[in-house]
Amino acid sequence: MIRVIAFKELRTLLQAPATWFILGALQLILAWSYLGRLDAYLQLQSQMSLIANAPGATQWIVPGLSGTVALVMMTLTPVFTMRLLAEERRNQTLALLLAAPLSARQIVLGKFLGLLAFLCLIIFAVAGMTLTLALGTRMDFGLLLANLGGLLLLTASYIALGLYISSLTAQPIVAAIGTLMVSFALKVAEEYATDSSHALVALTPTGHFRNFNSGLLDSGDLVYFVLFCGFFLVLTMRRLDHNRIYG
Amino acid sequence: MSEAPVTLHAAGLTRRFGKHGAVNGVSLQLRRGEVLGLLGHNGAGKSTTLAMLTGVLVPNSGRVEICGFDLARQPDQAKACIGFLPETPPLYRDMRVDDYLSFAARLHGVVPAKVAGAVAEAKRSCGLQDSGRKIIGTLSKGYQQRAGIAQAIIHEPEVVVLDEPTVGLDPAQIRDIRALIRELGDAHSVILSTHLLGEVENICDRVEIMHQGRLIYSDTSARMMQYGSGEMKVEDVFMEIIRSHSAESGAVAVGDSVAEGAP
Repeated sequence: MIRVIAFKELRTLLQAPATWFILGALQLILAWSYLGRLDAYLQLQSQMSLIANAPGATQWIVPGLSGTVALVMMTLTPVFTMRLLAEERRNQTLALLLAAPLSARQIVLGKFLGLLAFLCLIIFAVAGMTLTLALGTRMDFGLLLANLGGLLLLTASYIALGLYISSLTAQPIVAAIGTLMVSFALKVAEEYATDSSHALVALTPTGHFRNFNSGLLDSGDLVYFVLFCGFFLVLTMRRLDHNRIYG
Repeated sequence: MSEAPVTLHAAGLTRRFGKHGAVNGVSLQLRRGEVLGLLGHNGAGKSTTLAMLTGVLVPNSGRVEICGFDLARQPDQAKACIGFLPETPPLYRDMRVDDYLSFAARLHGVVPAKVAGAVAEAKRSCGLQDSGRKIIGTLSKGYQQRAGIAQAIIHEPEVVVLDEPTVGLDPAQIRDIRALIRELGDAHSVILSTHLLGEVENICDRVEIMHQGRLIYSDTSARMMQYGSGEMKVEDVFMEIIRSHSAESGAVAVGDSVAEGAP
């Protein structure tokens, strides 16, 4: 049943012309960012060859590009999460799901995984674009994979947060603004912290993304993202059950 | 009719929203092949009762059994036996009718190999054969209602619950939907809520009247008709029933006795 709901969400997104417009525009912006970084690297390459342990092409391009994608995901995810439950409630289609032999867990996980699969398309597109570096240089695949993994987890955490806020209201636009405000507040909190050991960094998804961004895989970061997603997904399930109990 | 097996049995359903009691001790039962009309004016508690019967809303007290499965303890089995059309049809307006019905079929546990057949059968039953490729948002209100009914019967449930299925339709559409519901009554148990006595006269075998969250009257639709006819406002019928029953002992308690005396 989780698969049925996830597939329906994915299909609904892919059938909307606006989705393809957003994906196309986004790919254009990210390609521009990628080529800008590549161009800067090529211009500085001759000077960097004189420096000991100078960053390679992967190190020069991938972390910066991933940072841009992370920012894009923060602003883009609420646009998609807002409709997951708030729109169902506004259009009164939630009754179809609640009257069907489905648990809140299946509904929430289906919607979560459906949107995650869709946003993975953006991450895959970035990966494909970055892999073109391999045509001209030796790539640091470890750094690339760490960044892609980090982006996946960061995106999942934004979806979980957005899904929960979407479950609180019947107005999709309120859900989108609410999610964006919370994500932005978390980002500001992370930037406010002056050093990486600050408690605020430990609380924010972007703070834990830092390690992935620099190519460092820390099981603590992985646990944080799993807990962050689990926390908001469980809250969303409880909210749906609350719907049945309190109307 | 009375020997047919019970498909839906509700006992002592009570539902409060804050301090407001929306439904108070409602008990009813439905047998296979029976069409039950739930009559009442706005705010009588009809929609709340139907939401509790379908598991959309949890009652504060009372229990619901569908085809022998307790809705609270065995929700998946119980819900698999029920099809529900809420007052506002739960339609995804940007989906095609075929895609929507396929999704509804899968949600209700129809195995992938049988989905196409179930969709074709539901479309045939609801007169949607030529609308499969159409976007739901482009359909007329009557056809959207048909799509809503089609999703409710897509998995061949024993019990079909329809909340005011003809509200907002024009007379021709109302006639078509009533004929469709009557057909459904041959193969399924149907419970529907309505404002209109004409609907009860045309469709229902039995009637329960709700007033202020309680069942105040229960009888066959034929006997119900002695209180009014045609499109008479249900409010007038209430007054007539209450007046006539108040002459007898335990007038309003007729409803209570129905509620409490149900097995």
